[in-house]
Amino acid sequence: MRFGSNFVMPFLVLGDPNYSTSLKLLRIAAESGANALELGFAFSDPIADGPIIQAANYRALSSGITTEKSFMLLKELRKHSDIPISIMVSMNMVFRYGIAKFYNKCKTLGIDAVLCPDCPLEEIGELLAESKKNKIYQVFMVAPSTSSKRLAEISKHASGYIYLVTVRGTTGIRKSISKEVAGLIKKTKSSINLPVYVGFGISSRQHVKQVIEMGADGAICGSAIVKMIKAKNPPLEKVRKFIKSLSLD
Amino acid sequence: MKLRTKFGAFGGIYIPEMMVAAMEDVEKAFIRCRKDRNFNNKLSGLLRDYAGRPSPLYLAENFSRDIGCKVYFKREDLLHTGAHKINNTLGQVMLAKQMGKKEIIAETGAGQHGVATAVVCALFGLSLKVFMGAKDIERQKPNVYRMQLCGAEVVPVTAGSQTLKDAVNAALRYFLGRVDTCYYVLGSVVGPHPYPMMVQHFQKVIGNEARRQILAREGRLPTHVIACVGGGSNAIGIFDAFLRDKVRLIGVEAGGNGKKHGKTLSQGEVGIFQGSKSYVLQNKDGQIEEAHSISAGLDYPGVGPVHSFLKESKRAMYTSATDKEALHAFHYLSRKEGIFPALESSHAIAFVLRNRKMFSSNDILLISLSGRGDKDINQVLSFGK
Ligand SMILES: Cc1ncc(COP(=O)(O)O)c(C=O)c1O
Repeated sequence: MRFGSNFVMPFLVLGDPNYSTSLKLLRIAAESGANALELGFAFSDPIADGPIIQAANYRALSSGITTEKSFMLLKELRKHSDIPISIMVSMNMVFRYGIAKFYNKCKTLGIDAVLCPDCPLEEIGELLAESKKNKIYQVFMVAPSTSSKRLAEISKHASGYIYLVTVRGTTGIRKSISKEVAGLIKKTKSSINLPVYVGFGISSRQHVKQVIEMGADGAICGSAIVKMIKAKNPPLEKVRKFIKSLSLD
Repeated sequence: MKLRTKFGAFGGIYIPEMMVAAMEDVEKAFIRCRKDRNFNNKLSGLLRDYAGRPSPLYLAENFSRDIGCKVYFKREDLLHTGAHKINNTLGQVMLAKQMGKKEIIAETGAGQHGVATAVVCALFGLSLKVFMGAKDIERQKPNVYRMQLCGAEVVPVTAGSQTLKDAVNAALRYFLGRVDTCYYVLGSVVGPHPYPMMVQHFQKVIGNEARRQILAREGRLPTHVIACVGGGSNAIGIFDAFLRDKVRLIGVEAGGNGKKHGKTLSQGEVGIFQGSKSYVLQNKDGQIEEAHSISAGLDYPGVGPVHSFLKESKRAMYTSATDKEALHAFHYLSRKEGIFPALESSHAIAFVLRNRKMFSSNDILLISLSGRGDKDINQVLSFGK
């Protein structure tokens, strides 16, 4: 099992702000105490993302990043690091690449997991078949509005870990962790026998600690990191320090 | 979901998990309301007394003489707020009210759907936010004022192409944060299930009326039914009643300026965009491309899944008219019939003007005049004659 407990998972957009700097950032993220990486394929119209990650998608695409180049970045990263990697990719990009071809490519590159944020249970069929065939984990999202009945259904199909979204809204920086998160973690863990990582709004070491104390197996931190990558020459040392600071020991 | 979410291979519900329960609730309310006699009586009453239905069926004799066969217009332009959009907003806002929602949101391109939502929210005393691309705010000023007069807040969207697609993204993102309290009134037969089916349900009144009206006038059905296609709501609204008849159905998309366009069905490829699978303007990686049209309402890189289905099954045919042709049609109809067609609807007229040779004297054409052109006067003026 490549996804375990007390996991800190930084999120970056592949190709943000451009190919070469992105590769540096990926290596930094992989070597700064993170337990796994969540890496996004840049998409023109990400509906679950707030302004910070929308801007990252835009930077990457403007710099000329493509699906093929995103895979090249992953290939480069794999030469240096064996860290578990989960891909966050919009359904249309997988569909256009060819679902079977996409999963097969992931397998070739040693990708561990795939999450399509705009592909819910209702439409997951084809992805699931390919994920099984290629032995790639298919990650599912769970939200505050996910019913117990639905949790049971998700538990039949999900693998790798559960991406628990505890906030209402898009990705972005949040000031605090609400008290109801503990209940959501408990409810999810009681139906699904997989590590539960909390994502969306995790913005500091404090937040990581809090959700883990509440019973989560890990935390995914995106916007707070991506926010630092505004310019062509992002403060690499600052990013390294911040990611280090998120780790629990 | 309880209902079929697909039109053949198209449609579906491609949205984040966070939104699924909300769509289930909307579907549940829709199933209840469409069978509910009180709901339907109240809706027909409002469609009649507030919106002005049935809209007239008009035989355009001057136009007919030029084309060489009878041409009828279904006059959605004469409805309150000046377009077919109000058929859908009355239905959806009543549904939202039944669901106990307090806050309404909508996207808008030309501003027609925004205005049609704003008047109904004023009527029902509901608060409304309308997301509108900054570029569209600029070219559709009068509609922005009309929404504000009704007490709606118009939220400028500066992301991306600053047009309809980005307004839909902004509305979806806003909705994601308020799924419990907010209702999103989508303006066309696009988006995730149940919107395509629900908007079609509320718009099919156009074709049902037109079918009755033309049978009463002519004793037979039209040979061709023609409508412009942005998201596709006025088109499926008028097509719906004729799907099982021997009638040619023609959708006209935005041909744009030669370089950029809105020819989603004729030049796009199948993809997944804003909640459903359908034809999409996109590059080979699946990045969504910017559309272009002189008419804000057709300036959209997606299209309703029902049209993708009708295209694939060859039940309908899809073509396009350019910015220039639409502009010409606008002037033509003003001069010939004293009717200002919306620039969107002008595309349907332009198709007929361009293809007059394709019709024979026995044909009867039925054109969806989806809206009036008053909103476009300034823009048309800016192009000169
Ligand atoms: C008058 C008019 N016609 C057509 C459209 C295009 O929408 P649809 O294709 O959904 O009818 C619009 C959209 O704003 C409109 O205002």
